[in-house]
Amino acid sequence: MDAESLLLSLELASGSGQGLSPDRRASLLTSLMLVKRDYRFDRVLFWGRILGLVGDYYIAQGLSEDQLAPRKTLYSLNCMEWSLLPPATEEMVAQTSVVKGRFMGDPSHEYEHTEVQKTNEGEKVFEEDVVVQIKEETRLVSVIDQIDKAVAVIPRGALFKTPFGPVHVNRTFEGLSLSEAKKLSSYFHFREPVQLKNKTLLEKADLDPSLDFLDSLEHDIPKGLIHLQAEASGAVEEKAKWQRGQTAPGLQDTGDYSSNRGPGACRWREATLWWCCAACSGQASPSSMLPAPRTVAISTWEPARRT
Amino acid sequence: MGDPPSDPDPPSGPPDSRRRSSQVSRRRRSRELQPTFSEEAEAEQIPLDAGILQRSQEYLGSQSNLQGWSPGAALTQQDNLMFQAEEAQLGGIEYPSLSMGLPIQPQPYLEEGGIQATRTASLMLQQLQQGQGNLFQQLESAYQGAGPDFPGLFSMYQGDDLQFGHDAPHGPYLRDDPALQVSLSELGFTPFTVEVPEPEPRELAVQNAKAYLLQTSVNCSLSLYEHLVNLLTKILNQRPEDPLSILESLNRTTQWEWFHPKLDTTRDDPEMQPTYEMADRQRALFVRSSGGEGEQEMEEEVADSPVPNVMESAFYFEQAGVGLGSDESFRIFLALKQLVEQQPIHTCRFWGKILGLRRSYLVAEVEFREGEEEAEEEEVEEPAEGGETPDSPGEEEGEEDEEKAVDVVPKPQWKPPPVIPKEESRSGANKYWYFVCNEPGGPWTRLPPVTPIQIVQARRIRKFFTGHLDAPVVSFPPFPGTEANYLRAQIARISAATQVSPLGFYQFGEEEGDEEEEGGAGRDSYEENPDFEGIPVLELVDSMANWVHHTQHILPQGRCTWVNPLQRTEEEEELGEEEEKAEGMEEVEQEVGPPLLTPLSEDAGSLRTSTWAGATSTARRTSTPRCRRPRSRSSPAARRSWR
Repeated sequence: MDAESLLLSLELASGSGQGLSPDRRASLLTSLMLVKRDYRFDRVLFWGRILGLVGDYYIAQGLSEDQLAPRKTLYSLNCMEWSLLPPATEEMVAQTSVVKGRFMGDPSHEYEHTEVQKTNEGEKVFEEDVVVQIKEETRLVSVIDQIDKAVAVIPRGALFKTPFGPVHVNRTFEGLSLSEAKKLSSYFHFREPVQLKNKTLLEKADLDPSLDFLDSLEHDIPKGLIHLQAEASGAVEEKAKWQRGQTAPGLQDTGDYSSNRGPGACRWREATLWWCCAACSGQASPSSMLPAPRTVAISTWEPARRT
Repeated sequence: MGDPPSDPDPPSGPPDSRRRSSQVSRRRRSRELQPTFSEEAEAEQIPLDAGILQRSQEYLGSQSNLQGWSPGAALTQQDNLMFQAEEAQLGGIEYPSLSMGLPIQPQPYLEEGGIQATRTASLMLQQLQQGQGNLFQQLESAYQGAGPDFPGLFSMYQGDDLQFGHDAPHGPYLRDDPALQVSLSELGFTPFTVEVPEPEPRELAVQNAKAYLLQTSVNCSLSLYEHLVNLLTKILNQRPEDPLSILESLNRTTQWEWFHPKLDTTRDDPEMQPTYEMADRQRALFVRSSGGEGEQEMEEEVADSPVPNVMESAFYFEQAGVGLGSDESFRIFLALKQLVEQQPIHTCRFWGKILGLRRSYLVAEVEFREGEEEAEEEEVEEPAEGGETPDSPGEEEGEEDEEKAVDVVPKPQWKPPPVIPKEESRSGANKYWYFVCNEPGGPWTRLPPVTPIQIVQARRIRKFFTGHLDAPVVSFPPFPGTEANYLRAQIARISAATQVSPLGFYQFGEEEGDEEEEGGAGRDSYEENPDFEGIPVLELVDSMANWVHHTQHILPQGRCTWVNPLQRTEEEEELGEEEEKAEGMEEVEQEVGPPLLTPLSEDAGSLRTSTWAGATSTARRTSTPRCRRPRSRSSPAARRSWR
């Protein structure tokens, strides 16, 4: 959620049971301002929180003027001191996919993973057990990247694309009406479009190139990934469920967000997208009834009713 | 139909051009038809039939143009009169509206008597065909209430008539006329019979036509006639440019609007209704809470109410970063109060919230007062008894088969595993009853008690909750029950695993018997320790040994107390004795689980240290009192989404 509307967004996201304690909230407000100043970001978003055994990671992302440009990710353990994370690469993702279980909470922790590697020495083939060290930071980066790719969502109309290429925040976006907010077609994936070029010309003819330049949610396969839920407070929560078999069993993500606020928008009805990653171990014994690392990203935008 | 006469004021200019273009199109259409009947009829007699007049009068309400047109015989004279009267006005009046259609035109030819039925029929057909035009014009006049439309119409067609008139009537060429779109058969009579014209067949034909148009479709209650009326009214009201080209979409829109009536007020109103309903329900919560019966009752409530102090616990959880927000917590508090009022509840606790795809569940854990829940239990037990009978009939049939035929399909040896009986209420996994509602203010639904087989299966599947209690749980291995049962099973598992308290807060009561006598079951009751002095927060956070479980562990069997499934009741032993001995008894080991009040450090699996690092820092800065919350969860996880 946008650092400027942090408190409000947190309030809206509270329906999921995730929140921040008052001291965290206060420190976030302060530190995100400083981050924005120091790194010269155009917007700073509080991405969320990843739970670990020893400590939690609080993640923030900074955006430049072009909203679709790769975002810089920062993490902090105490919401005060932020450290920059390297951008994710495919090797990282592949490497960390073998790590299962929860985050430790210590960025310097190293996971050990033994792999069987075949090495050729002349004519013989040796199989060696190689122990690979994977740093938790790398894992953090790849997890954040995967979550972003899967469930980062933005409402239609919140961003627009100029003919020169850069994508800007639409200042006249006042939000979605309630009926529109309940439809999947009013939301896009907030990442580089993948399915867009596969559309037929006929479909593309209906699209508005300045608004419809991202993948829409309604064409996602498998269906049922993202569910929209109207909260009692009138907020619309979006939950995307996504099972990631390769990490902890039952790592499930839910839906995501982006924050937009039109000038003078009347926030009658606000939608909150939040994500939550939860895992259940599947055992009833008290021992293994453990929730897996939870990444909680809370974000909002305010679809307001047009007056 | 004594409608007041309209003012013969011509309507204003600018809309005229549009109308004129549409009129032109109609004129063109009517022109096509004109030659046809003009050929046929030597005298173009298309009188305004009584039927048509009737129709127009009925359907239109106020027809200024039709004033004085009474159904009846004096038609022709009146028409003539009208025509003559209007002729005078022809000159200065612009043609403001669409033509009424052909039927009006052949006024001058009314001198001729004897209208042939055929021509009548054809005319009526054309009228029907141009039913839209007819209605249109009539609607138009209804809408405008303008007299001069009429003479205007006459003016337009006047010239045409003069051109084409006086032709000798030819034979009926109706069938070959491509412009005719209405099939004759629907009128219910053949047009080729030459009859003496009488008003009755005409009326009959018109009424048939009208009845046909008023037929309602099988799927809905909308008839073609009504739809056309709506469509034309809409077009007339909105006056779109070039309506012919958008006619299809207008048609579709009109049909849609019929089934989705839109109020004329602000367009967002229908959207607001679900939120209005929610707000209404929640308002009921607030009203009830404030409508007490005096101060005395209020005092009693505070002292002795089973309703938990949700706000206080929410405050503590918020310090740890877990919570539902203060608004929602308050609403939950009110909802729990409502529940307590509705049900005979001894103790009540807000268990938590389970998130679902469509809706979420708010779960309350209650204990009923003594004796109150027996009545409710009976309903639940009945279906359970019905499932135990099928064994014996199967065996009898097998024996009969063996006697009859030599070759018998071998009877399957498989017997389903014995059903493990569920635990009694107030013990084990069924120690508490659970109520759920979807949102505060909604009705509370009681969840059925959980059976061991449900717990066993729930361990093996992982499904999202949809939010509807009666939704089926489609999974493999198949889950025996609906979402209500699945929810209850997961609640049982979560409760059994995550309810913890600080070491020493609870203690075992002093019991008469030794522990050994109870076998592996262990104790299942505890009481508060009055001497508990609290453990410093830092110690609580650092070491897991300071926390103990105070709920019973659920055995792999699905129960908290072990039951030997092979132990038969007396009845079953008698029936199945012989077979059992043949198969051999299977030894079943007694399942043992950790006893009550075991510290968390004894838990199997990776040691989970507390994630209350945040809480620790908070504790240092703000001196929180010693932890008095006995049933705090070890992790926020238990309280939130269990997917």
